[in-house]
Amino acid sequence: MTTDMRVIEITGTAIPLRGNDIDTDRVIPARYLRAVTFDGLGEHVFEDDRKAMGGAHPFDNPRYAGASVLVVNNNFGSGSSREHAPQALLRWGIEAVVGKSFAEIFFGNCYTLGIVCAVVSSDDAAEIQNAVEADPAIEFTVDVDGCVLRSGSRQWPLSIPEAVRDGLVSGTWDAIGELVGNPAEVRRVHDSLPYVRGFGAD
Amino acid sequence: MGKTLLEKVWDLHTVRELPSGQTQLFMGLHLVHEVTSPQAFQMLRERDLSVRYPERTFATADHIIPTDSRRRPYADAMAEEMFVHIERNSVDFGLEFFDESTGRQGIVHVIGPELGLTQPGMTIACGDSHTSTHGAFGAVAIGIGTSQIRDVLASGCLAIDPLKVRRIDVSGSLGRGVYAKDVILHIIGHLGVHGGVGYAYEYGGDVFDAFSMEERMTVCNMSIEGGARVGYVNPDQTTYDYIRGREFAPKGAAFDRAVEWWETMKSDADADYDSLVEIDGADIEPMVTWGINPGQVAGVGEKLPDPDSLEGAQRASVEEALAFMKLQPGAAIAETPIDVAFIGSCTNSRISDLREAAKVAAGGRVAKNVKALVVPGSQQVLKQAEAEGLHETFLAAGFEWRQAGCSMCLAMNPDKLVGDQICASSSNRNFKGRQGSPTGRTLLMSPAMVAAAALAGEVVDVRTVSRPTA
Repeated sequence: MTTDMRVIEITGTAIPLRGNDIDTDRVIPARYLRAVTFDGLGEHVFEDDRKAMGGAHPFDNPRYAGASVLVVNNNFGSGSSREHAPQALLRWGIEAVVGKSFAEIFFGNCYTLGIVCAVVSSDDAAEIQNAVEADPAIEFTVDVDGCVLRSGSRQWPLSIPEAVRDGLVSGTWDAIGELVGNPAEVRRVHDSLPYVRGFGAD
Repeated sequence: MGKTLLEKVWDLHTVRELPSGQTQLFMGLHLVHEVTSPQAFQMLRERDLSVRYPERTFATADHIIPTDSRRRPYADAMAEEMFVHIERNSVDFGLEFFDESTGRQGIVHVIGPELGLTQPGMTIACGDSHTSTHGAFGAVAIGIGTSQIRDVLASGCLAIDPLKVRRIDVSGSLGRGVYAKDVILHIIGHLGVHGGVGYAYEYGGDVFDAFSMEERMTVCNMSIEGGARVGYVNPDQTTYDYIRGREFAPKGAAFDRAVEWWETMKSDADADYDSLVEIDGADIEPMVTWGINPGQVAGVGEKLPDPDSLEGAQRASVEEALAFMKLQPGAAIAETPIDVAFIGSCTNSRISDLREAAKVAAGGRVAKNVKALVVPGSQQVLKQAEAEGLHETFLAAGFEWRQAGCSMCLAMNPDKLVGDQICASSSNRNFKGRQGSPTGRTLLMSPAMVAAAALAGEVVDVRTVSRPTA
């Protein structure tokens, strides 16, 4: 495996999605969990919201086509643990999500896929959304290592937990290698647990 | 300084700190269901990995399987395919699979406890956000995504960041007609849907001391709806009495030694919490959600908010919710007409939930034009309910009586709302489209409240219709 897994910076256009508490049922409705693979999820991202808005949803707006940075508000990705949500975003083309806050399971699922979730202030989120709406062609750089979002001469500070930033930058965000790499150590913990030992039963 | 249960369990299961700074945490129990796991097993195959601790891993089918006819192959070809996958993956990787033939099939968060798999002091993982349910036993139970399912299958471990602990104390006692569901809806209404991000919620106080295990499960189940990935109650005699005698529980002298150990895992009296919240049980009313997240909730006697009295993002959220729900600002939530009544889900499908709902339904009749269904959480719950004749009470009142599964909580099977139907539901999420129709509407409430609404054809205060209960 020589694939470069490092996520150091992401450059591309952005797509604004306004609203708090956008849950993962809205990102990808449960009927798209009726499959044994994640293939084809990208085209169904936000499907019901898009239908309800009759083409006015940002994900239907051709001006935002090809965007790689999603700009959201508060508590994005709440609710269901379905990894289908970040998988759908990733397959649509999203590589980084910038917003005021993220639900915890969603944040963790993004990390295991190498998708950056970076926190900005409420005011900055609104300012970035305004900037993108005013000119969807402007390019952004999510500088993961430097924890800053840049566009032209403007920049906004990003908050990314240190462990997550290190994992992304060093390309070790996929934990599987680390987790399967020390089986004897894991076995020792397993063997020490009273409930594994049957509480002294023969 | 003492330690919380979370810290004790965390320390005991920590393998090491990963280079990333996350903890490599051993998972003492891994529960797997048919919908979030097939891709994880495929990833194992692609990497030529096996399941490291198959004897600590158990599978069932709950999310997509039909609750009407269980004849195989299922009428729904996709349900059949997903079922075949979990069946085959269980065989290929050596896991115990609780399918229907075992009599132990059911919603993963119902069967873990009822089989005695869920025990205090454990770490538990499952690819479902309502895994927090198992915290009712004093376990640290964590909902995970599919790549993390792969991690736990392959290594027995999860890479995870440490959590802070918020102690939520509910003192005094609950009024008549007020249930565990109302307690957690009240807490979420109070702390918000993202108030718990970064925290484990430790629930305690008089109300939790008095709660049965099933009531504690209802509260812990919805921790995630308040943003808390983990919720738990310290184990006590109620916990031990529930576990004793169950299939996977320690037996004989081992059980007594288990109790001794479980006692040591409780939070210490001088434990240090990152946050403390106190709630008076007497302040809690029967609750009903009126919006599109579980924090948009009010007492059944309260009026809906008026966006004109709010500002900024809060105003926008309330406007969006009321518009979607087709409810009027400032109106009462009581007397809102309903189309569907759903009693079920990992929140409220256990035997005590069905008993409470049946007390309300007994001798009544589901309102004309209301479709009402009762979906027991497991085959064992179904069997117990039938032994008590509860199914006859429901059927006589005009409810449908179904087979065990998740059903209309997330509507992955044919149990769905149609168009903009509005559903009184004992489930856990009122998100847009959650119950299978993009414009379908959900009012979350306790099972007794759902039964009362089914009979009245509209939202009613169960205290005005039910016989005195708890």
